[in-house]
Amino acid sequence: MSESASVPAVELHGVGKSFPGVVANHEVDLSVRRGTIHALVGENGAGKTTLMKILYGVQKPDRGTIALNGEQLTLHSPTDAIEHAVGMVFQHFMLADNLTVLENVILGAEGLYGIRDRARAKVAEISRAYGFELDPDELVETLGVGQRQRIEILKVLYRGARIIILDEPTAVLVPQEVDALFDNLRELRAQGNTLLFISHKLDEVLAIADEITVMRRGTTVASVKPSDVTAHDLAELMVGTELPSPSTAESTVTDQVRLELTDVSLVDPVGRSLLSDINLRIHAGEVLGIAGVEGNGQTELVETVVGIRRASTGTIELESRDITGWGARDRRGAGIGYIPEDRQRHALLLDSTVWENRILGHQTREPSTRGVWLNLRGARADSARILEQYDVRTPSVDTHMLALSGGNQQKFIVGREMSGDPVVLVAAHPTRGVDVGAQAAIWDHIREARKLGLAVLLVSADLDELIGLSDSIQVILRGRLVGEFDPQTVSPQELGAAMTGAEGEAS
Amino acid sequence: MTAVRRLATVLAAPLLAFVVAGVVTSLILLMAGDSVSRFWDALFRMPDARNFVNIINNSVVLYLSGLAAAICFRMKLFNIGVEGQYRVAVFAAAVFAGQAWLPGYLNTAVAVLVAMLVGALWAGIAGLLRATRGVSEVISTIMLNSIAGTLVAYLLRQVGERRGETMTTTPLPRDSWVGGIPLIPGEASKVYGFAVLAVLAGVAYWLILNRTRFGFELRATGASQPAALASGVDVKRMVVMAMLLSGAVAGLVGMPLLFGTDHAYASTFQSGIGFTGIAVALLGRNHPIGIALGAIVFSFLIEQSNVLDIVAQVSPDVVVVTQGVIVMSVVIAYEVVRRYRNTAEQRGVARSMGGPSGKQETEGVVA
Repeated sequence: MSESASVPAVELHGVGKSFPGVVANHEVDLSVRRGTIHALVGENGAGKTTLMKILYGVQKPDRGTIALNGEQLTLHSPTDAIEHAVGMVFQHFMLADNLTVLENVILGAEGLYGIRDRARAKVAEISRAYGFELDPDELVETLGVGQRQRIEILKVLYRGARIIILDEPTAVLVPQEVDALFDNLRELRAQGNTLLFISHKLDEVLAIADEITVMRRGTTVASVKPSDVTAHDLAELMVGTELPSPSTAESTVTDQVRLELTDVSLVDPVGRSLLSDINLRIHAGEVLGIAGVEGNGQTELVETVVGIRRASTGTIELESRDITGWGARDRRGAGIGYIPEDRQRHALLLDSTVWENRILGHQTREPSTRGVWLNLRGARADSARILEQYDVRTPSVDTHMLALSGGNQQKFIVGREMSGDPVVLVAAHPTRGVDVGAQAAIWDHIREARKLGLAVLLVSADLDELIGLSDSIQVILRGRLVGEFDPQTVSPQELGAAMTGAEGEAS
Repeated sequence: MTAVRRLATVLAAPLLAFVVAGVVTSLILLMAGDSVSRFWDALFRMPDARNFVNIINNSVVLYLSGLAAAICFRMKLFNIGVEGQYRVAVFAAAVFAGQAWLPGYLNTAVAVLVAMLVGALWAGIAGLLRATRGVSEVISTIMLNSIAGTLVAYLLRQVGERRGETMTTTPLPRDSWVGGIPLIPGEASKVYGFAVLAVLAGVAYWLILNRTRFGFELRATGASQPAALASGVDVKRMVVMAMLLSGAVAGLVGMPLLFGTDHAYASTFQSGIGFTGIAVALLGRNHPIGIALGAIVFSFLIEQSNVLDIVAQVSPDVVVVTQGVIVMSVVIAYEVVRRYRNTAEQRGVARSMGGPSGKQETEGVVA
């Protein structure tokens, strides 16, 4: 390690970070060589964001060491990180529209080169050096997305960053802009900068990265060279290769159709297609698993079934009743239970008590309400039942929701959504980010309910979960269902291929 | 949490705010060279019977205004337009009741409904703009306040009659007046008969918000819009409903004055109640009893300040500063108390539930 070139720009060893009840990061090892583009891939929730926050000084790790250019250190804040030449380009731009390019770059860093000629010269110099083609005096509001992103990169370079973290930089770009961004990144690399590129778009990662580190469930699982792997090798690494044996319990699938989607498609206000020609059927006692790389229409599918979004075309039937035109409240009242992927935002009122949360989403049903009136006694008694039956650990039904750990919050949601004999349960990532104990309990509850005739639409990024629970698995890719698999016989290669669209249609 | 501790956390914030306001006001008096002790003596002298009735009457009006603002605050909507809403409402009610189409108290009752309707419609404009076009209700209600003032002044010239220097609507027939309640024996001034209306409004507010499905959905929308949406609440409809309801209550604000003392709408009709109501709602934490206490505190300060320049040679305006500081510090203090409560509760739950769930996070995860 005497030569400076061989000292990694970033080296993490055994880094761990936990929040109450949530697996964030553990045993993370990462080594980024200087002057390279290093990609970090993984599903949402795999721990990429927490890791980046640790690197950028936003979060402090509980365990492990961080070394930058061979120097072991502790980062206390983003300011600290910037002083050590680490810069971050966020996915959501932080620019003032009514200021010029120059003003945006200087904003907050007035001490570096002043606010006048020296600053202007520096901005021009950086812009020229990397071929950014930005006019310092142009107003940001007139600029496109690609140019705005270049301003963000310019901002971190202006602040002296040599290690640049880019959080899903291509998520907001159209293909031509992606190419332009990649040219910029290659130029940055050529001039000795180190880039850490976070993404879950595998093709892009393969195109730009010198090295790839894969994260899964909070930890780094592999570091590979793009020349050695294919897109679906990466997909496999992301979701896990060791497939669990499917549940051996005999099938409980019946012939009564509970939920049926026919030719459902969804188009966003701009006219982009989010879901196309979705046809699926879930019977009583059946769990239908939806597999896919994040962002391929899972969220939209779930929200269309629950009624938060309205299908643009096609029909949705619940127990042979057409519910296409119904709103979310009517659908839930008719027996659709819903476990959303972002529980804290979509399923809970964190500042409210446990019993008030029992009412949420069940406003039209016993025992929470009676006609137009709330039934406080009913809601409290039934909350107590959920705490008991679902092993939710909290002192009382009067505790505020935000005092519960993530796992206990989720167990409460599962208990609530299982209340009142649901016909269909829509579960999006029901065990994401919860501890192992809660995960096992939630799986048991879903299996139990299935035995009693519940139909479940299960969206998950966790193959253990999908294969362990599902009676059949459908793969979603770019808003289409592209293949159906039997969890008893499916191989990870088949799933990987279907999820990435690597080898045509598999069905 | 025990009842005592809960009460302590509820009262801590306003008490702290009063102390801060006292200190700041004293400092300002010192800087201006006024007598601090004489100021506080004058402010806290025992109100006599007439002042006492005035304080109650003003509280009634402020209470209604505070309730109107609080309805929207409960769902994180900022209806700054109570001011304009009560003005158009009371004007409409005065014009209607002045015509005496209906006899006696029937005239009164329908006029109150007219006021609620007009107030609701005026607020509803802002609600609709927010729901359909995404226009911030803060901006639109402020602009509607300005429009309301101008519109009422214009219409008053059209339909009103001149009485000396002021324009006024046709006075109400005597049999539609609402008599006062002689609360203090031997005292000539009486408490508004419509104080009853304020009490009823307070009870209805509590009942609707805390005990009905609609109220739950309104509060849920305020607490988390995405969660409300996922639970099946039509958030846009809720925005309009909350604005309508808030406007309807704002319509009541002018009623005690119209039927109790003024008996007509004139260009001199009391203004500013809507803005003070916002402060009262903040101080009372949108709680029906809290708002009542806030209204009493503000009325007390207003009433007692009337004689400041005579008794203590201090401008009564300094009390407005006191009010302002109270509101500002109470907002900060509530937030501090809230955070303290949250962390205390989190720690409490973690301690009492130190079970395995939440601890064994990393085990069983295959690398």
